[in-house]
Amino acid sequence: MMIINLLGLALIALIIWWFWIYQPKNESLEAVQHQPIKVANGVYQPAFVTVPANQEATLSFIRTDESPCAETLVFPELNISETLPLNHVIEIKLPALTPGSYTFHCQMQMYRGQIRVEGES
Amino acid sequence: MTHELNLPNQPVPSQKGTGHHEPERHETEHKAQQQNNQTTLMIEGAGCVSCVGKIEGALKQVPGVQSANMNFADRTVLVEGAVSPDQLIQAVQKAGYQAKASANNGVDTLEEKEEEDFKYYKRLLRDMAIALSLGIPLMAYGLITGEMSVNTPTERVVWLIVGLLTLSVMIFSGKHFYTGAWKSFKNHSANMDTLIALGTGTAWLYSMVVVLFPEIMPSVARHVYFEATAMIIGLINLGLALELKARGRTSEAIKRLIGLQPKTARVVRNGQEIDIPIEDVVIGDNVRVRPGEKISVDGVVIEGHTAIDESMLTGEPIPVEKQLGDEVIAGTINKTGSLIFEATRVGKDTALAHIINMVKHAQNSKPPIGRLADVISTYFVPVIMIIAVLSALAWLNFGPEPSLAFAIVSATTVLIIACPCALGLATPMSVMVGVGKAAEAGVLIRNGEALQTASKITAMVLDKTGTITLGEPKVTDIVLTSDESKDTVLQLAASLESGSEHPLALAITESAKEKQLDLLTVDTFNTIAGHGVEATITGKQLLFGNEKLMISKHIEIAAFVDQAQSLAAEAKTPMYFAVDGKLSAIIAVADPIKEDSIAAIQRLQANGVRVVMLTGDNRNTAKAVAEKVGITEFYAEVLPEDKTQKVQALQMEGEIVGMTGDGINDAPALAMANVGFAIGTGTDVAIESADITLMRGSLHGLADAIAISKATLSNIKQNLFGAFVYNAAGVPIAAGILYPVFGVLMSPIIAGAAMAFSSVTVVSNANRLRFFKANKS
Repeated sequence: MMIINLLGLALIALIIWWFWIYQPKNESLEAVQHQPIKVANGVYQPAFVTVPANQEATLSFIRTDESPCAETLVFPELNISETLPLNHVIEIKLPALTPGSYTFHCQMQMYRGQIRVEGES
Repeated sequence: MTHELNLPNQPVPSQKGTGHHEPERHETEHKAQQQNNQTTLMIEGAGCVSCVGKIEGALKQVPGVQSANMNFADRTVLVEGAVSPDQLIQAVQKAGYQAKASANNGVDTLEEKEEEDFKYYKRLLRDMAIALSLGIPLMAYGLITGEMSVNTPTERVVWLIVGLLTLSVMIFSGKHFYTGAWKSFKNHSANMDTLIALGTGTAWLYSMVVVLFPEIMPSVARHVYFEATAMIIGLINLGLALELKARGRTSEAIKRLIGLQPKTARVVRNGQEIDIPIEDVVIGDNVRVRPGEKISVDGVVIEGHTAIDESMLTGEPIPVEKQLGDEVIAGTINKTGSLIFEATRVGKDTALAHIINMVKHAQNSKPPIGRLADVISTYFVPVIMIIAVLSALAWLNFGPEPSLAFAIVSATTVLIIACPCALGLATPMSVMVGVGKAAEAGVLIRNGEALQTASKITAMVLDKTGTITLGEPKVTDIVLTSDESKDTVLQLAASLESGSEHPLALAITESAKEKQLDLLTVDTFNTIAGHGVEATITGKQLLFGNEKLMISKHIEIAAFVDQAQSLAAEAKTPMYFAVDGKLSAIIAVADPIKEDSIAAIQRLQANGVRVVMLTGDNRNTAKAVAEKVGITEFYAEVLPEDKTQKVQALQMEGEIVGMTGDGINDAPALAMANVGFAIGTGTDVAIESADITLMRGSLHGLADAIAISKATLSNIKQNLFGAFVYNAAGVPIAAGILYPVFGVLMSPIIAGAAMAFSSVTVVSNANRLRFFKANKS
């Protein structure tokens, strides 16, 4: 029983690490410019994008996921919300941002992504 | 008397920085517009990049095609060349694909969306039917016989077949859950798919272990849960389908707005009338509209006379007379006569397009009340996973036999019953319906924050001119105080006011026009803010303004103050006019009170809102108007900058202040107020910048806006409460908290049904708002 309990606790630790502590690799803005961020199967692909600080940037999104949850794209800190029609590329122009992390997500926050703005403030 | 003349006609600045930022958006080219010999086709069936060359090649072989470039990302191809879309579509079909052309005017996008949604809906129902066709018989068998365990070799074989059938249901009907869960997991995120995949996956895996290796399980734990897996997949697909249907209804208001725009317009080109797609209409085109037809783009009437029904945009039920020079708005309906108008705004620049855009963005924004739910949503799924593990451990450690089976059931049920979607949907669905409902009533709410604040307004500040009154004053009296004739006084006064767009100035110039008086050249001109103007015309020194102006310029008016006051007591605005240092006349202008201002103000007061009137006008006029409309608290002779202070003073008293003005000279006070209301006509550019815009002039819009905001907030609270309580009660019950006392443990199937219908309940509750009616009594 002790082993099962330890396995259970290890599983909890793994959940915490995997979903909250681990920092996934970010894609560069250039990579995203060549290929729109795909909204499919419950995720943004890629979901983590690095953007240079103090420069305007454009992110393209294409939704191929039919779920209506995926339809709305929200950047809460930037007061941006946009409807993503199915199978159409939508460009979102971001203003020049100060370094930091900015999340984007669907209306229900089940699809989540993050822009990491890097550079001198 | 304050004379706010010659203020620049500027748009209202952005309010408090809280406005919803409008992203620059491009729907990269496409969709099907045929313009300047370019056609964009939407391609179906192109599944790989190699299709691009094939499709482009097929199109380039069509005679007349100069180039064909396919955008694989959004499955569109842009073709240049004077070729009909039909020929192009045939070429694509010959190459083995499907293609269609559609107009990019928003309407088709909506139709496409509905089409896609319907396809998705049918697929969900199909998946549901397949899953339930296995799940229901299995569940019925379990309920009738009570035998769902593996004890004999025959049972092992039978259950193995059932297990494989369940696996095929999982692959066919539940594939999207597992794919989504896996992709999400790889992305270090978790969503509803994660919970469903884990829940159903655990139940199936456990059951398969029981079937394949029964000997490793205690005999009491050899129970299979294939029926739970199939039922959960079926019920959740059903829930998603019902949610999709209900969601469709939440956007009915925007659909109606988009549907207002006609698809074609009849333009007069080279003396001939031709019907062309709406997106081909350009600025300057002369557009013919016949009785019963919709106005296609914004414009100005150049021929004809008619009445136009603008109720769909402004909520104003009475058709508006239109004649030469009047503005017409896209989406409104020509009732009686035929007319030709010149297009002034087309495509995305029309007032209708702006309104649609604004409503869409407002519908996507969230009021602050949803923030807690947002924070919870962020951590929700991993927390539920942890609770499921803890629950399983608790059963294994402290539960009765078969503790393993109990542990599996409780973990599965916890995973399945938890519903992040109900929380996530609670706020946006209500905002979607509430903002749409407001738009139908002619009230444009800029964002969720404005919606929430409007529901709390305790004091409403109203500007007088143009808000309570029509804002179209007329000259009613010219009281001469010197030897000048009335015509001379009017001619001079009108000449110096000719450059102003202030309603009082317009009243004087209009009056001079009616009397066919020629306007004279103004030599020098100076505005004295809050006082009036001074000017030189044909060598005469002229002063025109309020009492303060006369006193500051040492003009003797003492003998005429009583006369001015008696005019003011009749709700007229008296203005002093002096020529060469001597008072020459008192010109009185009256601005009629809007027909329904009294009823609307009473309605606000009846709802407990403190109504305050501010005006730059003199005290007597202000008092007369306030008394007529039933306002007891008013401030007269308030300079534009002082209006802001009055708003601040009310806020210091603890009031949540709404400020209503015309959006031009009230801009600072509108920005200072907790909610700024601009009175628009549906064509104002200022609608983009006020917190709330009333598309018709009636002050009933204020009470409507507050009532709709209150109803929406109340709906959001019901949804949030329901979603919180559902999860807060459902998860512990699923974990087995009732078992020690009542000896019951929830079935995963019940959890699946509860989860599936929790989202539907939230969306359906939001839909109740569609039937909300603001009470005008």
